[in-house]
Amino acid sequence: MFNSRKASAGLSSPYVAWMTIFIIVPLLMVFYFGLTDAGGAFTFANVASIASPEHLKSLLLALELSFISTVICFLIAYPLALILAHSRISSQGLIITIFILPMWMNFLLRTMAWMTLLEGTGVINTILSFLHLPTQHIINTPAAIVLGMVYNFLPFMILPLYNAVSRIDPAVIEAARDLGAGRFQTLWKITLPLSAGGIISGVTMVFIPALTTFAISTLLGGSKVLLIGNVIESYFMLSYDVHLGSGLSLVLMVFIIINMVVSAVSDAKEQTD
Amino acid sequence: MARKTFEKIYMAVILVFMYAPIVTMIVLSFNESKSRAKWGGFSMKWYQALFHDSAIMRALWNTLSVALISALIATVIGTVTCVALMGLKSKSRAVIMGITNIPMINADIVTGISLMLLFQVIGFKRGFWTVLISHITFNIPFVMLSVLPRLKQVEPSVYEAAQDLGATKVYAFRKTVLPDIMPGVISGALMAFTMSLDDFIITYFTKGVGFDTLSTKIYASVKKGIQPEIYALSAIIFVTVLLLLFFSDRIPKWANKNKQET
Amino acid sequence: MKGYQRVLSTLVLASVACVFALGGCGSNTSGSAGTGEASASKELVVFNWAEYIDPEVITEFEEETGITVVYEEFSTNEIMYPLLAQDPSAYDVLCPSDYMISKLIEQDMLLELDMEKLPTAREQIGEQYWKESEGFDPGNKYSVPYCWGTVGILYNTTMVDDVVDSWSILWDEKYAGQIYMQDSVRDLLMVPLMMKGYSINTLNENELEEATQMLIDQKPLVQGYFIDQVRDKMIGGEGALGVIYSGEAIFTQRENPDLEYVIPKEGTNVWIDSWVISKEAKNVENAYAWIEFMSRPEIAVRNFEYITYSTPNEGARELIEDEDIKNSEIAFPDLSKYKLETFLYLGEEGDKLYNDYWMRIKSE
Repeated sequence: MFNSRKASAGLSSPYVAWMTIFIIVPLLMVFYFGLTDAGGAFTFANVASIASPEHLKSLLLALELSFISTVICFLIAYPLALILAHSRISSQGLIITIFILPMWMNFLLRTMAWMTLLEGTGVINTILSFLHLPTQHIINTPAAIVLGMVYNFLPFMILPLYNAVSRIDPAVIEAARDLGAGRFQTLWKITLPLSAGGIISGVTMVFIPALTTFAISTLLGGSKVLLIGNVIESYFMLSYDVHLGSGLSLVLMVFIIINMVVSAVSDAKEQTD
Repeated sequence: MARKTFEKIYMAVILVFMYAPIVTMIVLSFNESKSRAKWGGFSMKWYQALFHDSAIMRALWNTLSVALISALIATVIGTVTCVALMGLKSKSRAVIMGITNIPMINADIVTGISLMLLFQVIGFKRGFWTVLISHITFNIPFVMLSVLPRLKQVEPSVYEAAQDLGATKVYAFRKTVLPDIMPGVISGALMAFTMSLDDFIITYFTKGVGFDTLSTKIYASVKKGIQPEIYALSAIIFVTVLLLLFFSDRIPKWANKNKQET
Repeated sequence: MKGYQRVLSTLVLASVACVFALGGCGSNTSGSAGTGEASASKELVVFNWAEYIDPEVITEFEEETGITVVYEEFSTNEIMYPLLAQDPSAYDVLCPSDYMISKLIEQDMLLELDMEKLPTAREQIGEQYWKESEGFDPGNKYSVPYCWGTVGILYNTTMVDDVVDSWSILWDEKYAGQIYMQDSVRDLLMVPLMMKGYSINTLNENELEEATQMLIDQKPLVQGYFIDQVRDKMIGGEGALGVIYSGEAIFTQRENPDLEYVIPKEGTNVWIDSWVISKEAKNVENAYAWIEFMSRPEIAVRNFEYITYSTPNEGARELIEDEDIKNSEIAFPDLSKYKLETFLYLGEEGDKLYNDYWMRIKSE
């Protein structure tokens, strides 16, 4: 549009060079290290080691916890998105900002705050025992990790859901109601399908970071709960076995690619719709 | 009416969930006692301790430098690339956008270790520069995603007219296209800046000896046991973010006003 | 348009300022990564355990010598090793433990020390500690002892009624959810191995298997696996029993008088952490100066009083004013009373074996 093809190619070349060196090549290195042994010979053993009980357990646990967190995020965020989108408050933008504001605070500080709240002698238990209620011990359990994930990633769910829901034409909803659909039927048949794109991008934005986290499980799990992210971190930072670490990262990438395909398909569908 | 009340309660509960930890930290940052379980009276001593902690101050400085420089470089590269994209065949455009999407979709841990492996293999000493490069890398896509939609709305005719009237390409671009895409450029830069500020995982894998950002420093200190100085730091960061948000909300409006005046 | 230009120019100015500022403080941050220009080096990269020194001692060292110290911390030997291995020239002087030192010696990663340059250390460090060090550093060629100690159980007397004299109390279901264990491979496996009377350096897979199974069985009772945090949790009354280094005992008792430290009757690990210099260190002379400085009795005693880890420095021990601490059973125990064993380096294969068991325990 603004330039000849040749000039455009020239202008984009710094970017292409940069991304090749710092995105493509590093990814190829993960493949290289993941598919070789210490001697440099080709092997599938690193990737296959995901089937060993220790690795498999941590992957399954990560899948389970991130799945639960994603579902909880969705269940919390969807009603909120509906409420926000339908509210007649003039400053909707401000309200949205209030809900995603915690996201702007350092992620480790946010997680650390929960450590303080959940500890045996922490704030929540102090309040509970003050009220003569039984104290709760969820720090250093999988439940604490789910809580940390939900807390950290909830804004990622709220935002796309809100965008999707608020884009639905109110006339469509009205039409459905006029034609005799109940409130629940309208939600199920109209609102949900129409916000599918937002749901998928929200799910993607919560699921992948939750699946691959290692910081949340370190801080809230007391090193008792090992997720696949912790395993990979420990191969890179502790035993420095880059081959095994890269091999396991390749397994993670399978899930990332599945996610990518799902969101690409839904994007494409949305564009043709 | 009952429904309205329910909605309000629902929003309030979520807000409490979101803000309780932050409020707790801010309250604890003024707690004289080191213990989290009891209130020892109001005190500013953790703030003093924080400002005397040279390691944290250096980490703060590193964080800000990396965020600013990486945001700036990413904004320049990202904007230039977006402009270039408009002149490319749709096929090459698709390829470039495909690459752009990789760091957005990829898990941070994979991006982090892949860059760590790269620096390891080419023997690049890890430290300030490797962290900066990594931040630029994951920042560029955010800038592009913010600039591209703006650019697509630009009418090329004005730009062409300016050139027909004898303006050089660069001059015509600066005077006709740039003002239109500027809000996108600025919000992209702000996005990049905050992404860089908040990053822990990629920094963790690409930082070297003697170089820490706030995130990596916090991670290390939390592992050692939480120091009340960190609460003071959280409180300061939260207030700063509030102010930043307030101003970032103001900048486009203020700029718009200026634009109309000139 | 003007508005944008102003915003942009502010951004540009700010980042230019940043670059300049970086240049200023870069000498002790990025510069430490050794761009190689500082030949008459005024710098020293120290890699020590977390909270293992009186910070004022570092300042004093800097003031006295004019050397800028880049001070980095690690929390376990296993975290320290890959960082050093990836970049041996990034660090000058380090303080690993016995078995890690023998691993580093075997892999030719340490500088053979010139003892002529360390007169204070030779004079002040007690004879028995040099002899002890021979176990991992034959001929005392590579290391100078800094701290030593045992590993034991720290318990809260308000929460524990039983007599604590055996590791087996850590398997008592009465204390479920109130037990803290160490988060490093050797220190964790040491507990069941000692309890069963096996060597803590065993390579016998049956014994390791049994120990692993015991730790897996114990897991539901454990509140968390920590390193430095065990101390804070015990002080805060968050747990009844915790496995901890003897050096933390005096400190924790000061903060919370309800805590007691015990070396279990089955015996324990006795360890020494010593200063070593990386073979590829860039600032060797400064590293010698550091070790000498740390070996001065008046400096060593200040470190002792700050971190409360037992010092092998005879002169420093003389300087301790508090008689109770000077003769404390915790800081300076009569080692002949206990069954003790020191960790040995078990070779690449041994490391891998232990690591596999560790992963199994953690992923359970």
